[in-house]
Amino acid sequence: MENRNPTNSRGKLQHTTNTFYLVSGWIVIGLVLVALPFFMEYTISQYYVYLAIKVIVWVLFAMSFNIVLGYGGMMSFGHAAFFGVGAYSSSLLLVKTSCPMVLAFVIAPFAAAAAGVIIGYFSVRVKGTFYFAVITLSFAQLAYILAFKWRSFTFGDDGIQGIEVPSIISTDETYINFYFFALIILLICLYLLWRIVRSPFGMMLMTLRENPERAAFVGIKVENYRLIAFTISAFFSGVAGVLYALLETSVAPDVLFWSMSGEVILMGVLGGMHIFMGPALGATIMVLLNSFITSYTEYWGLFLGITLILIVLFFPKGVTGLIVEQYGALKGRKKR
Amino acid sequence: MAFDSSMLFIQFVSGLSRAMVLFLMASGLTLIFGVMKVINFAHGVFYMLGAYIAFTLTALLTGPLGFWAAIVIAPTVVALIGGLVEIILLRRIYEKEHLLQILLTYSLIFVFNDAVKLLWGEEMRIVSLPKILSGFVTLFSHRFPIYYFFIITIGILVALLLWVFLSRTRIGKVLRAAAEHKDMVALLGYDVGGLFTVVFIIATWLGGLAGAVIAPTVRLSLGMDMEIIIECFIVAIVGGLGSIWGALLGALITGQIYAFGILIVPNYAMAFLFALAALIIIFRPNGLLGKPLQTG
Repeated sequence: MENRNPTNSRGKLQHTTNTFYLVSGWIVIGLVLVALPFFMEYTISQYYVYLAIKVIVWVLFAMSFNIVLGYGGMMSFGHAAFFGVGAYSSSLLLVKTSCPMVLAFVIAPFAAAAAGVIIGYFSVRVKGTFYFAVITLSFAQLAYILAFKWRSFTFGDDGIQGIEVPSIISTDETYINFYFFALIILLICLYLLWRIVRSPFGMMLMTLRENPERAAFVGIKVENYRLIAFTISAFFSGVAGVLYALLETSVAPDVLFWSMSGEVILMGVLGGMHIFMGPALGATIMVLLNSFITSYTEYWGLFLGITLILIVLFFPKGVTGLIVEQYGALKGRKKR
Repeated sequence: MAFDSSMLFIQFVSGLSRAMVLFLMASGLTLIFGVMKVINFAHGVFYMLGAYIAFTLTALLTGPLGFWAAIVIAPTVVALIGGLVEIILLRRIYEKEHLLQILLTYSLIFVFNDAVKLLWGEEMRIVSLPKILSGFVTLFSHRFPIYYFFIITIGILVALLLWVFLSRTRIGKVLRAAAEHKDMVALLGYDVGGLFTVVFIIATWLGGLAGAVIAPTVRLSLGMDMEIIIECFIVAIVGGLGSIWGALLGALITGQIYAFGILIVPNYAMAFLFALAALIIIFRPNGLLGKPLQTG
């Protein structure tokens, strides 16, 4: 993402121009994000504002997921569990108790983090990518089965309907208020995630990704670091789940289904998991494609699967990886 | 609820037949993992395909012949599909990261689920049994569905065949050698790529057989692949990945726990399996008969 070492012969000048481009770039992005919903609402249709919010939710989910995948090097096949626990626990609090929305919003991510501790505990214990994948998938499926079968508590496959949302972010009339609400939550979470991956903890996580044996050898408790990363990731996935529940004002067991975990994996690898904003790009592409493709055919899974196969075989670094490579090649040519 | 001895015995037999189906699945999963070091996430897909192809065959060939044709042809068709998948896709990723290997097999779940939806639709399908297998036998003054014993017989036969194949035949020995030292086997002039294709064909044949065998006892639906693969994973966790006998032991334990779990809490018998898996992970992380993994 960022260009940290422009210390070549032209040093200072280049640095200031880079900063200028960077700042103006961020201002443009900010203006676009603010203007976007108004533009859509008045020129095209409400639906696109809704779609933009959906992008926000999935961007948050995919980037939380990437703490485990990209930074931790662990492929979790069960992240739907945390998204789902966030969505379910907030909705249950709102529907079954008189808990105010703000409080539910705070509690639900912690519930997701608790689920993260439990599933994470078992999955980081056994060595090997394979076991990790197998255990995360299996335990997430347990959460799905519970939501599906435990009718008296979760309403089973009817799901939870009619979640009350405070009027200030209500989506009855317009999606614009909710858009800004979700955008602010997203920015806060992204800032926190950015701080986490740039912290000594984040650096250590990447070290463990690259060489766990060596890290263990010098006395680092690999399991503990991984469990913490898993829990942090679960927490923010839970936030995404709450946003989802408030946006849809209903939750069904589908949010816990294995294919949800698959979609977020695809977003990560499509966007590029070793770049901070990579999964965000992946999420944006996927949500837009989903909306486009499902309006023509019900075989979204076929598309999903084939895309995944193509990425694995031909572009394992994802779209962002591809762009960075091209950019690097271009720069390399310029130097010569 | 009455826990008399007859009920326990019936549950034991039903657990045994369930264990045999799980063994057919888990042995294939284990074979692929043991030799190729790849977890086939899509293994449930081949089970689902086996069941659906059996459905089509019994619908086309009505009468008792249909079922027998299905039991023979469905696994064969599935094995052919499996062979194609190995040759076209899996072959390209053996040298790559584990993450990519898992992802590739995982993506097949999406593809094949939609393919089944496209070919067979979303409604539930039922496969009927021929008369000879649909009755009951009386044993120790209790009545058991004959089909349970049919499944158990098939399971035992397959276990024996696998054992003979792996320990007595030349290709079986080469396979076991390839599982330990792939490069050395290649140096001795064996075609390791071809061996991998053979393994994948055998494993998917087993999966297809499991699906064809289970078809008359369940309602076929999309998503049945995910249900079985989760149970297979639990079997693998319990028995230990990469060991055929671990798969058998894991399947026997899992089958019994499920069968008796149903007596206690009918809807949540799966929870017992997860509890078992959790205990195994805590106390014997490599499974009952598994070796510690070398892979990262």
